[in-house]
Amino acid sequence: MSFELFSNLVGAFFTLCIFSFLYKDNPFYQMSEQLLVGISLGYGLVFTYERIFIPFVWQPIVFKHNFILIIPTILGALYLFRFSRKLGWLSRYPIAFSMMSVGMGVPLGIHASILVQMRQGMVPLETVNLFLIFIGTIAVLLYFFFSKAHSGTYGKFVNVGKWYMMIGFGASFGMTVMARISLLIGRIQFLVNDVLGLLK
Amino acid sequence: MKKTVPLLIVILGGLIFVAYAFSPHKFLQDDFYNKFYVPWSYASAPFGALLGIISLSMMHSSKIKRRAPKWQFSYFFFIGFIATALAGLIGGMQKGGLLMWMFENMQMPMSATMFSLLAFYMASAAYKAFRARSLEATVLLAAAIFVMLAQVPLGVKISRHLPTISQWILDVPNLASKRGIALGVGLGSVATSLKILLGIERSYLGGGD
Repeated sequence: MSFELFSNLVGAFFTLCIFSFLYKDNPFYQMSEQLLVGISLGYGLVFTYERIFIPFVWQPIVFKHNFILIIPTILGALYLFRFSRKLGWLSRYPIAFSMMSVGMGVPLGIHASILVQMRQGMVPLETVNLFLIFIGTIAVLLYFFFSKAHSGTYGKFVNVGKWYMMIGFGASFGMTVMARISLLIGRIQFLVNDVLGLLK
Repeated sequence: MKKTVPLLIVILGGLIFVAYAFSPHKFLQDDFYNKFYVPWSYASAPFGALLGIISLSMMHSSKIKRRAPKWQFSYFFFIGFIATALAGLIGGMQKGGLLMWMFENMQMPMSATMFSLLAFYMASAAYKAFRARSLEATVLLAAAIFVMLAQVPLGVKISRHLPTISQWILDVPNLASKRGIALGVGLGSVATSLKILLGIERSYLGGGD
């Protein structure tokens, strides 16, 4: 048995283990589910060690003698006090340090999510489509404005927002289903072509 | 001390970040962000990952100790974790090594299959939505069917106008609804950020003293 065939058989075994859930919850699925979590976490640990800890902590401190980085290293280590009942409060310091970047989120959030969207929405309504987009955006926004009762003419207009959202959710649903189906086709192609060698 | 100092760090640091986003001054762009915040964040980040690893390991070991339902499968978590971690820490991450072999022949097929399973469950969810027989659910499903059919050759066989209709759905009503939602999410996230920055929202600091 070649090494490539062995590798493909391992992949096929775990693929079938996961697919077995379609029949019902079973030990093969449970086993591969936990194995997947373990392998992903192990990969995450190695990735963090090799790509973050070594180049940004170990090498600057040990080889470049950038000793100031010992402070954030200790700060990071305070995360681990989360498990202590008495000293758990120490873990608030690294959390607070990472939360500082929220300040950047205010102007950048206003720019990316509000100003850019408003600029794109407030263009001359030269075509029917642009008019429909403008009306839809206003109606969707008003649908989430609860300070005024959704009744009368206003309620009817706000209801238009609901229809727009239903079409939007449907489109997102369709795109997601197609993405999942393309993954499914990929897995079936793997089983049929790479493992069984039926469609070469 | 236990809550006030972290709160002050967030407020003062957050205000400096607001200034960083507006001002091109060298102190903010280079000294504060590039020389201070980025290397300090990288230096403290691995411990955050370690916290998650310890937390998940503790959860599984407690499950084994308590003989909780399906506790036997927690051993597979440890087998997968220890084997992958040892393979990577001893053998490295290069292509052709044991870690990448495990990634390509175990992790990748399993995660891709797990996501592909959702195709079946989404199809059954669509069926349940259709059974609801409300007009809203029908509109949702009709939009989804147009978008799905337009992406496969069968759709074009049914009608050559299908791709045009699907593209119109994506470009007009879908865009309007996504833009409205994005504006709402943007306003909400800015309001939440301001609450954190002003010290009104403190739940991230956890409970207790």
